[in-house]
Amino acid sequence: MSENLVNIKINQKEIQVDKNLTVMQACEIAGEEIPRFCYHDKLSIAGNCRMCLVEIEKAPKLVSSCTMPLMEGMSIITNSEKVNAGRKGVMEFLLINHPLDCPICDQGGECDLQDQAMYYGFDKSRYKENKRAVDNKNMGPLVNTIMTRCIHCTRCVRFATEVAGVPELGMLGRGENAEITTYLEQSITSELSGNVIDLCPVGALTSKPYQFKARPWELKRTDSIDIFDSVGSNIRVDSRAEEILRVTPRTNEFINEEWISDKVRFNYDGYYQQRIDIPYIKKNQKLSSSSWEESLKILKNKLKSLKPLALVGEHVDLETGYAINKFMSNFGKDNVECRTDNQAILENLDSYRFNTPLNEIENSDLIILLGTNPKIETPIINHKIFKAYNNNSRIFNIGENISLNYQTEYLGEKLSNLNNEKLIKALKKSSNPLIIIGSAFLNKIKNIKTLKSIFSFADKYNVITKDKNNLNFLNPYASRVGQLILGNTTKNLCEPFSKLKKEKFEIVLSFGSEHIASEQFDNCFRVYFGHHGDEGAMKSDIILPTPLYTEKNGIFVNIEGRPQEAKKCHNPIGSAKEEWSIIKKLSEEFSFVFKPNTFEQLRSELLKKYANLSNLNEILSNDNTSPIITDIEFEDCKTQYPINNFYMSDIISKNSVTMVKCVEEIIPTPSLLEKSA
Amino acid sequence: MSGNHPGLSNNFSRSGVKFSWSKDNLKSIKNIISKYPKGREQSAVMPLLYLAQEQNHNWISIECIETIAETLSMPKIRVTEVASFYSMYNTRPVGENLVQICRTSPCWLRGSNKITNTICKATKCEINDTSEDNKFTVVEVECLGACSNGPMIQINNDFFEDLDEDSTKKIIDNIKEGKPNIIGSQKGRRSSENA
Repeated sequence: MSENLVNIKINQKEIQVDKNLTVMQACEIAGEEIPRFCYHDKLSIAGNCRMCLVEIEKAPKLVSSCTMPLMEGMSIITNSEKVNAGRKGVMEFLLINHPLDCPICDQGGECDLQDQAMYYGFDKSRYKENKRAVDNKNMGPLVNTIMTRCIHCTRCVRFATEVAGVPELGMLGRGENAEITTYLEQSITSELSGNVIDLCPVGALTSKPYQFKARPWELKRTDSIDIFDSVGSNIRVDSRAEEILRVTPRTNEFINEEWISDKVRFNYDGYYQQRIDIPYIKKNQKLSSSSWEESLKILKNKLKSLKPLALVGEHVDLETGYAINKFMSNFGKDNVECRTDNQAILENLDSYRFNTPLNEIENSDLIILLGTNPKIETPIINHKIFKAYNNNSRIFNIGENISLNYQTEYLGEKLSNLNNEKLIKALKKSSNPLIIIGSAFLNKIKNIKTLKSIFSFADKYNVITKDKNNLNFLNPYASRVGQLILGNTTKNLCEPFSKLKKEKFEIVLSFGSEHIASEQFDNCFRVYFGHHGDEGAMKSDIILPTPLYTEKNGIFVNIEGRPQEAKKCHNPIGSAKEEWSIIKKLSEEFSFVFKPNTFEQLRSELLKKYANLSNLNEILSNDNTSPIITDIEFEDCKTQYPINNFYMSDIISKNSVTMVKCVEEIIPTPSLLEKSA
Repeated sequence: MSGNHPGLSNNFSRSGVKFSWSKDNLKSIKNIISKYPKGREQSAVMPLLYLAQEQNHNWISIECIETIAETLSMPKIRVTEVASFYSMYNTRPVGENLVQICRTSPCWLRGSNKITNTICKATKCEINDTSEDNKFTVVEVECLGACSNGPMIQINNDFFEDLDEDSTKKIIDNIKEGKPNIIGSQKGRRSSENA
């Protein structure tokens, strides 16, 4: 028998489990379900709901299993009359003050209290006293509160403090007067605040935008991927008919655990605003509606004589990227660009992806943030850094002196601050250092030697070793890593977008890239393939409607290099056509080779060509590593952060009413600060 | 106890005046914090709340909470939680003299009800109210630990024990007139010796 195991009995069944577990965890391994409200495996143990009572032999009273450590020879009983009576008693107390408003409660149908009351509740109340009523609290534009329903499990309080890293929620008062609230009823300022809705076991915290919209059993559930940052959080899209009603997380321990950012959770109302539903053509400086036949005919004629360039946007899936690449290769080389933000790369995979697996960030004891603001660029990665910080990791920051929800040691705004003595000293001591270099620097690098120097620096201080690579490149765009793997970029390693100017392109095809509006294309014929009408579409000569990521299937490669599939949830709006089918049509007109007739054929052709991508949900292996030179030389580059406003970072969020409310109510404006001072 | 007890409300308010520690308090804070191990300075939140209440005319304003949170570098909501949990931290302004009447069984058996009525009449205010001249706030509390000398009341930091209606009225009147009072037993008992 190993030292770490104990022999216990659960309902007379003998079992060997890890001795560091609690009674509840052991019961779960044994397949016994224990009811609970306050216990959550991602949060600290509170032990205040008392619902998880079990009987332990020789213990005089029932014991709360979530707080009880295991002991050798322990005999646990989970199904006796005594246990049942105890849980029934707890349930009766919980229901004393819980309102009977299930018919109008948004949690109805997916409520822990409702479910467990089916097992342990009574059919009528023995209490004649008035129920207590609690004033609802303001928690911002996202979380709706009906505080009378609260059973004080404190999951939300623990989440805010331990996971989101914003200790703003708390329980005031005690006993009958206990109330959950934010400090002075201010909005929660976390990018992960929406997760308290999933955590709440009752209907006290529910989604404000989803309020009174639907019942869980009417919804169609589609598995998908968060495309509003590069992490690729796993999401479940709930829709009814042709409308998405809410977005919730799917558990993926390797990526987002159980959390998603507020942007993907709440910006879905933007999916249906300002949509491009039919093709448009610009005639006499005015956009007017058109037909597919007419617009494609014009496009074909233009393509015949003009030199084309394709821009690949932030939300483009792998299949579309592949089709674009295939089509554009007929016109020559170096005419597709996805790095519209000027991101500098070396040719190999490890120079543009996040090389540390996301679930290993927390093991690092020293993290250097180089020109990145993970809090608003990728809230999930920020949570992982916060975890490392709580494990006593030191965090250094170079770039702007940004405010994060943990303490950082600020070293200055230049890349050369990497040579800071304090940092070098700490690096030499560190056993598992990690560097995250973000777009604020990457997009400004003019000399590729700087990027190589960063590799050398990482090599020198054991950030890159034989068996691990902790030099990470962070960009906030969902499509980027996948498109770079497909080679949808030009040969210039740094400043690729600015250098396009010299190439004298005459027609620009933008696949959802707003950079088509850039001045450098003012003399070009512009074609916009996209779903939302904004500056990019306004400036274009032809607008072709394409579906949103929820309206088609597609693979997205996340920042780690992990291909994941987003599935179609409902049909495209209007006459939108998938990009690959438009390209197929154009290819036929030009008699280019484009074999796939269906989306499935396109995908299988793609996965045949890029065989390493066919292992969905697995991180790509890296065969070629970037060369490391010996002398280290950093150029002085100015920083420009890619995202300044978390809630307005992309064209879809910009069109979301909920996101506008977030900007108004959560982000402190100067005038508001003055008021409170 | 009704919800209007100044120590049991969850609603805090601003005083509108900046709260900064007095010199003496800064000294005692240093002393208090040094009693706790390094990294556990936040344990000093209760004594600091007490000091703040003393300095801030017997109540905890939002300004006090923010100052304490800053002093101990802890989240404001954590300070608020503690201040709202304990009934002896007042969350709203009280009169110059906070009169706490014990109403737990031993005092009650010895006639605390009469004392309550006398005090309410003498100060012209109801339970949980503050008198118009802002001299008195009257509250009922649970056991203050002087059961053998009941009925008893506490005014600010002083106990007044072995009360009857007359002695109670006298105490209140003396306070009104600014005269000194005998602290402790009103019957001349020392400590809790046999009557």
